[in-house]
Amino acid sequence: MEKKIGVYICSDCEIGKSLNIDSLVKVATKTKAPVVKTHPALCQKEGMDFIKNDMATEGVNAVVIAACSPRVNYDVFNLGIPLVERVNLREGVVWTHPPNNEDTQMMAEDYVRMGILKMQKMEAPEPYKVENLSKNVLIVGGGLAGITAANEAAKAGYDVFLVEKNDSLGGWMAKLYKQAPTEPPYTDLEEPLIKDLIKEIQQNQKVKIYTSSMIEKIEGGPGVYDVVVRQDGKVESFRAGAVVMAAGTIPYDATKIEHLGFGKYPNVVTNYMMEELASKGAIVRPSDSKPVKSVAFVLCAGQRDENYLPYCSATCCIESLKQAKYIRDQYPDSKVYIFYRDMRTPGHYEYFYKGIQNDAGIFLTKGDVKGITEDENKNLNIDIENTLIGEKIKVNVDLAVLATGIVPVTALGEEELPPGVKPGDEFIPYVMIETDILNLGYRQGGEVPVLINGYPDSNFICFPYETRRTGIYAAGSVRAPMDIPSTIEDATGAALKAIQCIEMTGRGEAVHPRAGDISYADFFMQKCTQCKRCTEECPFGAINEDEKANPLYNPTRCRRCAICLGACPERIISFKNYSVDMIGTMVKNIEVPPEEDEKPRAIVFACENDAYPALDMAGINRLQYNSFVRVIPLRCAGSMNLVWIADALSKGVDGILILGCQYGEDYQCHMATGSHLAKIRLSKVAETLDRLRLESGRVQMEQISISEYYKIPDILNNFMKKLEEFGPNPYKG
Amino acid sequence: MAVEKSKNVLVVGGGISGITTAVETAEVGYEVTLIEKNSYLGGRVAQLNKYFPKLCPPNCGLEINFRRIKNNPRVKFYTLAEVEKISGSEGDFDVTVKLNPSYVNEKCTACNACVEACPVERPNEFNFGMDKTKAIYLPHEFAFPLRYVIDEKYCTKEKCAKCVEACTYNAIDLNMKSQSIPLKAGSIVWATGWNPYDAAKIDNLGFGKYQNVITNMMMERMASFNGPTKGKILRPSDGKEVSRVAFVQCAGSRDENHLSYCSYICCLASMKQATYVREQYPQAQIFIFYIDIRSPGTRYEKFYKEVQSDENIKFIKGKVAKIEEDPNTKDLTVVAEDVEAGKKIQEKVELAVLATGMAPVTKEWKIPTSISYDTDGFVLSNTGTAGMYAVGCVTKPVDVYSSAREGTAAALKAIQSLVRR
Repeated sequence: MEKKIGVYICSDCEIGKSLNIDSLVKVATKTKAPVVKTHPALCQKEGMDFIKNDMATEGVNAVVIAACSPRVNYDVFNLGIPLVERVNLREGVVWTHPPNNEDTQMMAEDYVRMGILKMQKMEAPEPYKVENLSKNVLIVGGGLAGITAANEAAKAGYDVFLVEKNDSLGGWMAKLYKQAPTEPPYTDLEEPLIKDLIKEIQQNQKVKIYTSSMIEKIEGGPGVYDVVVRQDGKVESFRAGAVVMAAGTIPYDATKIEHLGFGKYPNVVTNYMMEELASKGAIVRPSDSKPVKSVAFVLCAGQRDENYLPYCSATCCIESLKQAKYIRDQYPDSKVYIFYRDMRTPGHYEYFYKGIQNDAGIFLTKGDVKGITEDENKNLNIDIENTLIGEKIKVNVDLAVLATGIVPVTALGEEELPPGVKPGDEFIPYVMIETDILNLGYRQGGEVPVLINGYPDSNFICFPYETRRTGIYAAGSVRAPMDIPSTIEDATGAALKAIQCIEMTGRGEAVHPRAGDISYADFFMQKCTQCKRCTEECPFGAINEDEKANPLYNPTRCRRCAICLGACPERIISFKNYSVDMIGTMVKNIEVPPEEDEKPRAIVFACENDAYPALDMAGINRLQYNSFVRVIPLRCAGSMNLVWIADALSKGVDGILILGCQYGEDYQCHMATGSHLAKIRLSKVAETLDRLRLESGRVQMEQISISEYYKIPDILNNFMKKLEEFGPNPYKG
Repeated sequence: MAVEKSKNVLVVGGGISGITTAVETAEVGYEVTLIEKNSYLGGRVAQLNKYFPKLCPPNCGLEINFRRIKNNPRVKFYTLAEVEKISGSEGDFDVTVKLNPSYVNEKCTACNACVEACPVERPNEFNFGMDKTKAIYLPHEFAFPLRYVIDEKYCTKEKCAKCVEACTYNAIDLNMKSQSIPLKAGSIVWATGWNPYDAAKIDNLGFGKYQNVITNMMMERMASFNGPTKGKILRPSDGKEVSRVAFVQCAGSRDENHLSYCSYICCLASMKQATYVREQYPQAQIFIFYIDIRSPGTRYEKFYKEVQSDENIKFIKGKVAKIEEDPNTKDLTVVAEDVEAGKKIQEKVELAVLATGMAPVTKEWKIPTSISYDTDGFVLSNTGTAGMYAVGCVTKPVDVYSSAREGTAAALKAIQSLVRR
């Protein structure tokens, strides 16, 4: 259907009082919009009827609304058509710039023109439909997390494949004698829940279980993962829609903590071994099967220590208290010592801790265990320093239990960097450890990229499930150290995310953070030079390569951030409603006054996730900023294509500022690496600018969060000041 | 004949847990109704300056979540809304929701003319009473939806009506009444959150008696640019800058006279707030009095190490016995037992921040249906009623990251209730 654009300019909210609306109408008409109208208050019922009437009677099917920010009145201006563009005259112009002012007016005119051109270049996206979509969930790992995810997904009606490397289900949890309290009064040990869960899964018709099995290969993407499983030398193939990766952890190797004597002295055991000792019935010590009458628990054994495990495994304090109770329940005359650094029993576990503290047979103190030695009876001498009852103490016990921590199986291997990237480089797109868990057929490697301590990278804090691989959700202790109730929640959440990804993929929608976006990338392959930038830079590994290095795009892996569009030097990647040409056209049609007018121009490319809302908040607070800037929102700062900078500079624009999210290890970029990529790309512009004899300071990037909106005026004003110092762009006019 | 069952999930509480449950459920493809008693979504996290340990702004994640709500026609939400009545069972609940009047209708364009006209002030509870707003006000500038409201406790209505006069959009309706609307739901998720424990109950710490003793939540507002002091950390008594600050951990938590449990987040919150002070006052000395530092896991432990490495932040293992005020200077003396040194110590400070714990909203208020609680008022994870689930800080003290995780898990449980029927 032919696109017919209607432009509607609102004069309410000080817009009419501050701007010459007739001139805006002229600009719109000159930009070849067939229908251009004004209204005193578009967001009110009469205003909406006004637009809807044109849609019904004049065939307007693409609407440009020049009024308030797209962040407000989104429900009012939902016209039920895909092509609606909002030109932000309120927050972006009249609330942030002086009224009835030539520069404010020029700004509004530029925005109206840019909005119409954007609409002219935009097409309504059609959802990508996959063929032979599978709604089955693949779960890797048959421990507590994997079993829970399988049971929960099945309860929602989905078929599940569960692949476990060992010959039995349950993982570490199956070895527990008892579990710590999870119910009021939070003081009594409980039967391990895992036994019932294993029974439940074994009887579940919707779950197909593969034990003693490994994933040989996973090809494809969400909705269309083709999985090959190897079991007893035989291979089996099936299709799955999404993956829950719950491959778990292994205990830290206690022999590495030499001063604690594990491996040297038989009666030094780990907390894992203690569970086995307790499960056998009478708790006896390994060296001579003598009943254990005195025990020392050494907490943080090799943990919170840069020499071994730098982190806290989150559950050992509670597990050690529980094991102390095993001993005390079995031998009322026993003596238990617990040496800790900080007793970490958060939430309701505090009740359990209190119960233990009230047991006179348990001696608890803060202290650093400096060494363990064995005496002639195979008893152990424990040296402790920095205790609360004196500098140094010594105890002699039958058994010592080391609370060693956990290591995620994703960390078991060498960290590999992408080709050409060295440790210590400013930007590391991803870190891969090939651990043989998933064996993904992805160009960036076979596993989920890791970040800190070998744990899978995910959007930490707000969106914990968002790993760097769409449709693959890490769950349980492989993702972060956590206790039993948290693992159950985590696995249930991961099952939800897997199901959600399948359903959204089926509807052709992107998942978080551009949830519901149906646009997807189109590659104009004739012009591709096989430079590999898109395949290397995609934060989600969405693009594979054929043997000639041509990009092979997987739409269902794609998060629609358009970082590939920004990466491509040949400009072959476009979305129906977001393209290099579209933004480029907007850039090229900013009116640049001649040098003698002394009206410089700068373009601000603003990430629409944080920077654009920050600009908006500046508007809501009526903060005034420089009128010579022109803001263009981008899907992600990483989608910034350098050609736009060239377009702008050759047109005479004096400078370009990119506003993106914080990058680095604590990144806030919702696309993981987008803002950092923008920064790296900019550093490469400097050379080109030097060649053109333009100051490299004309192109800058700032990191800003939504809450730092108060910095907006200074950032923009200072940037313009710097441009003034450089003088006008010599390519003007 | 089969009865048509509801495919709607009702989420009660629009904080981070409830929002997460709502958007995660809706994105799978189910209809969701989210109700919130405040006039804005975001709950407690909307009051925070930064999240630990990344020191990133809560509004960043909220913005994405609000966008997910805006773009998803399956999520309906009501603010100023409360559950009045519930009947029925899993798959087929009948719920009556009371919508309280905001006195401002959808014609409001957020132009602020009403606020300029309003002659009446009220204490700003969003900032814990540290400043005032007019009786008609925008709860805070990030408020979503961006909607003004009238506080009926303070507004003099028709006697004044200056705001009505000032509003050119006929957006103010002083006769607006509360209304009850019926809803159908297949399952219900309770995400009603928490309140800060009332620090005035902890006699020996002087909150409410001494102006320069504040709570950790007040500190968040003070450090926020959109707070009562434009982000500047100042002493309440005289607005002076601070150079010595004490953080008092377990203020009420882990204490049988107050909250027997550990509130989980306070150690990290205080360390985070220590960084606020250090950023504003490079010379400031900080004392953190603690029993145990609880920073479990990888990222939290890393953050603890970073804060510990700051020479100006001193960690003292010991519970604070009391806080005293010098009535002339309003300076405070924090008295504690330093258990590592084995002696009683006193530190003179200008500001003391109490790490007050979390109490579930259901400690004081009960859900109007049959639900199981523990003795502290937390809802049990097995709520005792099929089709009803609870999530976030109404079940136990949790951080934001766990709330997001639980919210996502609750979405699946809620969906299972619809599928099962």
